[in-house]
Amino acid sequence: MSKGLLYDATMCIGCKACEQACADKNKLPYTEAIAAEEEQSDHKFTVVVTRGEKFMRHLCMNCADPACASVCPVGALRKTAAGPVIYEEDRCMGCRYCMAACPFGVPKYEWNKLLPRIRKCTMCADRVAAGQPTACAEACPTGATKFGEHDDLLLEARQRVWNNPRGKYVDHILGRFEVGGTSVLLMSSVPFEQFGYRTDLPGDPLPTLTYRVLSRIPDIVPLGGVLLGGVWWITHRREEVAATEGQQAQSKPQPPEGKIR
Amino acid sequence: MKIKWSFWKVVFVFLMAAGLYATAVRFTQGLGHSTNLSDQFPWGLWVGFDVLCGVMLAAGGFTLTAAVHILNIRRLQPIVRPAILTAFLGYLLVCLALMYDLGRPYRIWHPLVMRNPHSVMFEVAYCVMLYTTVLALEFSPIVLERFHLDRALKVIRAVLIPLVICGVILSTLHQSSLGSLYLIVPEKLHPFWYSPLLPVFFFISAIAVGLAMTIFESSLSSKYFGRQLELPILAELGRVLLVVLLVYGVLRFEDLLHRGVLKMLFQPSYEMYVFWIELGLSLALPLFLLSQRSVRTSPGGLYLAAVSVVLGFIANRLNVSITGLETSSHTRYIPKWTEIAVTGAIMAAGFMLFSLAVKYLRIFPTAEGVEVEEEPSGAIGTEAVPATQFLEDVRD
Repeated sequence: MSKGLLYDATMCIGCKACEQACADKNKLPYTEAIAAEEEQSDHKFTVVVTRGEKFMRHLCMNCADPACASVCPVGALRKTAAGPVIYEEDRCMGCRYCMAACPFGVPKYEWNKLLPRIRKCTMCADRVAAGQPTACAEACPTGATKFGEHDDLLLEARQRVWNNPRGKYVDHILGRFEVGGTSVLLMSSVPFEQFGYRTDLPGDPLPTLTYRVLSRIPDIVPLGGVLLGGVWWITHRREEVAATEGQQAQSKPQPPEGKIR
Repeated sequence: MKIKWSFWKVVFVFLMAAGLYATAVRFTQGLGHSTNLSDQFPWGLWVGFDVLCGVMLAAGGFTLTAAVHILNIRRLQPIVRPAILTAFLGYLLVCLALMYDLGRPYRIWHPLVMRNPHSVMFEVAYCVMLYTTVLALEFSPIVLERFHLDRALKVIRAVLIPLVICGVILSTLHQSSLGSLYLIVPEKLHPFWYSPLLPVFFFISAIAVGLAMTIFESSLSSKYFGRQLELPILAELGRVLLVVLLVYGVLRFEDLLHRGVLKMLFQPSYEMYVFWIELGLSLALPLFLLSQRSVRTSPGGLYLAAVSVVLGFIANRLNVSITGLETSSHTRYIPKWTEIAVTGAIMAAGFMLFSLAVKYLRIFPTAEGVEVEEEPSGAIGTEAVPATQFLEDVRD
């Protein structure tokens, strides 16, 4: 079934081992300066944001029904059955609609390259396909980031909320309902807004908003064709009749001038 | 070849030179150096103006071919050609602008073979490609008759009606789809502009702008080329424009009302100010002007109303694609000079090509009406006709 990640911020110690592992896995540079960066970018696919004693990870949520994959005109982004949302750079033409559409602002662009690519966390699709956990989950020393079956992880997250005293967790597992659910689930003791997450996202998958309109097109085309053709026939039929009658009567010399060009 | 310098010629040369330099920067240093785009704000002037406004400004093509060939409104026949010319040039320039904006422009053909029917962008790409082809065919008789290629002309004329029908359907689809592009960002686009009716608004406003552009072009052409359309035709366009704007205005009001956004119109914010500018130019001013009989029957009044509509809906497209998205992205986007220079050069090229076409092809009706053998020249004043002077220099 579909795999997922569960990140529990209350277990995180902010060691950034996940950042290091992610950089190694994706062959990205990782220096002290980069470690200090708190924004995802074309060279940093996951970040651990530190606010005093509290931590929070940012990474691609790998949505169940991803907006990025739905908007990509060439299908360069794709949701795999195993869970990861992958990117095939050979298809991408660089329209950046995925960046405009992503509700989490995840896809990043290589702005300073002449032939740029979209860069983002792909939930270690190759490792997952080989039956391994993601690099970040494997590297995590405390189990704050846990890899497993998505459904099992969601159950476990709910149990953690249930089994702990009220107030340990905010009453919200981020990614459970957002935009139709995501493969990555986040738990926290402080409101997610404080770490730059939006908690007002709609519960329905975003692609339904556009597909509702797009799916009508195959019906509009024949309907429009028949309608326009019919209007043309009616408006020009009057003229034919007028022309014939004009000839018969031989009184008025001409129907309205101006043949179709 | 001696060059007579005039104000517009200087402007044209300056815009082209700046555009060429910006082009060099864009294609040698990449998007990062040539734009103010960022991960937070991935679409800017080239999408918002060059593509969204470019397609909108070219809407006269399908509006007028439908009116004349489908609805059989013969009186409008004389303005079909300028409208088709504008549309054809407009779409060519949109495709050109896309080559700047795409990160890997040499893959612009990818949607042809790598299809994703769930993507609005895919649908727009297909429609724009097909419609540009349709426009080339609709435009071809003007070129064919110039070279007396009667056989080819016959073929085109035989398929003209199906061609026009295809053009109208394709335009309906992608004009509205440019609005549908933004349906997927309900959490990002400001509620003034995010509406489930975005595709409907984009389509109706495209018709309004198509009509306004036709009035606008006709007025400009009469000034610079000594060619103009009869006032009764323009006045009729003005009446239709008034009705289209009223329909759009009522729908827009109902939408704001039902989504409960109306009260935000009076709560000062960045968005409120730009929204009022948009409403003033696209609706309030032209509705006021066009409802006056004296305005509808005066060339100057019609020109003013048309310019207001065009500017108003340019503001609308920029609000949807840029200003309406700024607050949620926590950034303010101001285009870099290179972005403006490229856009300026593309527009200058558009004006240039339009005037060349008017000069060498039979775009506007001549006094005799039907067959004109030699180039329409003459009939032009001697002074203050920069575009024409330029062309004469080219011919020298």
